[in-house]
Amino acid sequence: MSQDALTPTDDAQGENLVVEKRTGLEQVTFLVKDKFGDSILDIAKKIGEITIFVKRESIVELCLFLRDNEESKFDLLSDLTGVDRGIEEDPRFEVNYHLTSLPKRMRLRLKVRVSEEDCSVPTVTGVWPTADWHERETFDLVGVRFEGHPNLRKILTPDDLEGHPLRKDFPLRGY
Amino acid sequence: MGKIILPFNNILGTKGHFDMSKVLEYAPTKAFEQQIRESALDSNITVSMGPQHPSTHGVLRLEVVLDGETVISATPDIGYLHTGMEKIMETKKYQQNITVTDRMDYLNPMGNNLGYVMCVEKLLDIVDDIPPRAQTIRVLLVELQRIASHMVWLGTHALDIGAMSMFFYCFREREKILNIFEAVCGGRMTVSFFRVGGLPYDIPDFVPSLIKDFCDNFPAALKEYDTLLTGNKIYQARTRGVGIITAENAIAWGITGPSLRGSGHDFDIRRYFPYCGYETYDFDVPVEKEGDVFARYMVRMRELKESHKIVLQALERLKPGPVKADSPKICLPERDVMLNQMDALIHHFLLAGLGFKVPAGEAYHSIEGSKGEYGVYIVSDGSEYPYRVHVRGPSFVNLQALPVMAKGEMIADTVAIIGSLDIVLGEIDR
Repeated sequence: MSQDALTPTDDAQGENLVVEKRTGLEQVTFLVKDKFGDSILDIAKKIGEITIFVKRESIVELCLFLRDNEESKFDLLSDLTGVDRGIEEDPRFEVNYHLTSLPKRMRLRLKVRVSEEDCSVPTVTGVWPTADWHERETFDLVGVRFEGHPNLRKILTPDDLEGHPLRKDFPLRGY
Repeated sequence: MGKIILPFNNILGTKGHFDMSKVLEYAPTKAFEQQIRESALDSNITVSMGPQHPSTHGVLRLEVVLDGETVISATPDIGYLHTGMEKIMETKKYQQNITVTDRMDYLNPMGNNLGYVMCVEKLLDIVDDIPPRAQTIRVLLVELQRIASHMVWLGTHALDIGAMSMFFYCFREREKILNIFEAVCGGRMTVSFFRVGGLPYDIPDFVPSLIKDFCDNFPAALKEYDTLLTGNKIYQARTRGVGIITAENAIAWGITGPSLRGSGHDFDIRRYFPYCGYETYDFDVPVEKEGDVFARYMVRMRELKESHKIVLQALERLKPGPVKADSPKICLPERDVMLNQMDALIHHFLLAGLGFKVPAGEAYHSIEGSKGEYGVYIVSDGSEYPYRVHVRGPSFVNLQALPVMAKGEMIADTVAIIGSLDIVLGEIDR
């Protein structure tokens, strides 16, 4: 874990943003580090955006914590999406959660990485119901399974299409 | 559920020929009779609404389970318009992708362009380098686009409910805005006007006067629409108390934009996370508490006035100046400079042929689109092509809450609720 990821020398422009508008966000990252310890793999800050890398076992717990804690109050899940990091990469897939806190006016990104052999992540539909379609879309296009999802079916592609179009080994033509 | 399954397969026979003897064989069977009897007792009916239904605003299919006329459940079925835009964007250069974003929410192309280019600018770290004139023109055009988008919403929503004349009036106003866009960039719906680093060229000199003309006439037109619809008893009866969702519920379901503000929350990205200098403009964020179709209608009607206010302020701020950031490796040089200077010619050649590289990293940027939070998430691997682009379409997320709103309402009211959510299927299916 990089302890010095949040030092002031990191990124001058991003630092200003944090000081002016997102004072609560650093506090949140410290709280999260404190509470979840080893489940947090890394906390990175780049161009003013903070990303928390988290082990998939703790994602639901962390989301519940971030939603309900008085310091964070991330009540809106803005976006949830999957990325294929490359066929050679291990872990190959990642799922990004973009959280927005309306009372505190801050944004945060959570990231879970999973390997190709075991690409499943616990669902967060229990935390934010809006995750339903986002997770179905990620399942459909990237092929990450969401364990415990109430209705994990294809959503955008036709039922008879095999494969997941947004994977890097899915051909652009010939289908 | 009382689905009546007719034995058509058997009637058609194995070769697909129509076999009359089989009809006679099957039609009066006991089992079939029993099936009809059961479905008559079971009062639930499943209706497949769409994808060619005019009030679904595109190719949305709803699977509605009805008890009489009351909706028990409504399940949206989407994907009819899926064209793999996110996949396409991975194979195009950063500046080529601007044209793809136009085609997502085709009623709000300026907003889509803005969300995308601002996300790329964030990755390039040139957000602060955009000259003030470019910022002002961006605000000006995006707000005009918001008016145009709301005009289509108002027209179609009223048309769904039965007020046909609204449709013609609203398109009259929208036509004026599209004419302005045509004067600005030649395109009416697929504008592709914004570029990473500013604008491709300055707007023509006569355009501000065109916008001024539009702004002078717009309040009167808006008043006309207001008198036509807002106080209309039939319209109120159709919309008040219909499709209620609480603010808390709406946030949990991810609803943003006017649909959320109709439930009493004032979340507006222009206020919460300002961009393009919106914090310096004087405008209100309209909020209604009721959370029904009428409240969402009122929010949008009041938003039209606010957008009109912002357009007027932006017009006043239009001062001469550059419209491109001073970064020759990202923005194409002016034509006369390019023809006279060696380095500008080289930059032009490289930019047009190869594009620009974006530092490796990821960024999420969202703007207040006409329908809600339009977010773009880009992963860059350091090349000229984005590694992954994901678009968070407000329509996609807002539509998801339709079952919550439609439950327990009349079938005819689902049409009003869909209209009040202001969805565009191009963005939902991408």
